[in-house]
Amino acid sequence: MSKFKKGAKRGMPAISTASLPDIVFILLFFFMVATVIRSDDEKVKIERPEASELYRIEKKHLIRYVNIGVPMDSRYGTEPVMQLNDAFSTPAQIQDWIAKERLTLPEAEQSKMWVSLKVDKATKMGIVTEVKQELRYASALKVLYSTAGRKRTGEE
Amino acid sequence: MADIAFLLLIFWLVTTTIDSDVGIKRQLPPPVPPNADVPQAREQNVFNVKVNFLNQLLVEGEPLDLEQLKNKAKSFLIATGDGIMSHPVGGITVGPEREVVQVRSASGSMNAAFPERVWVREAEVKAKVREYEAAVQAAGGAGSDKAKPYEGALELWKEKLTTIELLGGDYKELPGSALISMQNDNNTTYDTYIQVQNELQTAVNELRDEVALAKFGETFTALEDRYDRNPDDDELLKKIVAVRTLYPQRISEAEPRQATGY
Repeated sequence: MSKFKKGAKRGMPAISTASLPDIVFILLFFFMVATVIRSDDEKVKIERPEASELYRIEKKHLIRYVNIGVPMDSRYGTEPVMQLNDAFSTPAQIQDWIAKERLTLPEAEQSKMWVSLKVDKATKMGIVTEVKQELRYASALKVLYSTAGRKRTGEE
Repeated sequence: MADIAFLLLIFWLVTTTIDSDVGIKRQLPPPVPPNADVPQAREQNVFNVKVNFLNQLLVEGEPLDLEQLKNKAKSFLIATGDGIMSHPVGGITVGPEREVVQVRSASGSMNAAFPERVWVREAEVKAKVREYEAAVQAAGGAGSDKAKPYEGALELWKEKLTTIELLGGDYKELPGSALISMQNDNNTTYDTYIQVQNELQTAVNELRDEVALAKFGETFTALEDRYDRNPDDDELLKKIVAVRTLYPQRISEAEPRQATGY
């Protein structure tokens, strides 16, 4: 007459997979929010230097990228080159490029454009200095040296 | 359903990158017009950092390790010129735990390489504020074209007054021409360049954090972060301005030149 039956061996019930789509969708949305769509391929190898005093630009649409490094495809040489958008360029082309990129921003934000320099850490400063000079002539003065993070020197 | 969701997820993973737009921010100087007369800062007001093609540092004429750069830059920024590294700000001595460092220059005088800080005293600043307010009024009131130069100066003196009020007393300021100057060779690697820039920035940031912690109980970085989130908070802005006025960020890059001699 007991209510609790002993000894009736039941196997482990199968885990319901009904909630699996929900879980995967949550994952999907997380990634959609946390990532950005890759707009152009990097054609140069870039290993960023590490720094501790970091600044994060909140408004992503204001950033334009200048990549400097050794081409991934060794047919294009083994010396560091500069990449603007999708093409290899010379520093002399920067002024035109900046002018063009400015026009893609709304008028009120044109003066707030950032140029992010993604430079490989083994690059010599010669080409970087040249690029910086051209940026000055183009009046694109807000610059971010893109780096990876690390702790401050002397901090544990 | 789950399969479709998985497909979408994998598609997204492949086509996107995790955002990594962090780095060291810098404002480049506007281009110098040719034939422009560039004023020369006094030698003792400039903290010279030179990096050669072997990535070696020459700081104020002496070879130095990268690890020591931060402290040396710090001592430049808070130096008083008389050998006392820390100076009192309204009763609290900034960086009391720091040792007094004496630097002997070539001529034998102590700490001659450091800029002399000048006192900013409350009474003088208040007088200046009154003077410029009167000047703005005389030039046709705020907003008129004639009053513009006065308004700029007024703003500057008001910032100093804010600093005195918030930090709780008179302070010593770096002379206007004091700056940290960095010069590199064309063959310096970018990594070294960034490390040097980073160390110099750390020097400024740590000093600011120190003073902000002592005065407002928060690091300067935290203050700035909070201000970024609510830009209408005037109290917060005043605190930030006060710390900035005490430790201005004056990291400049020398005009590039073809130099391999050092």
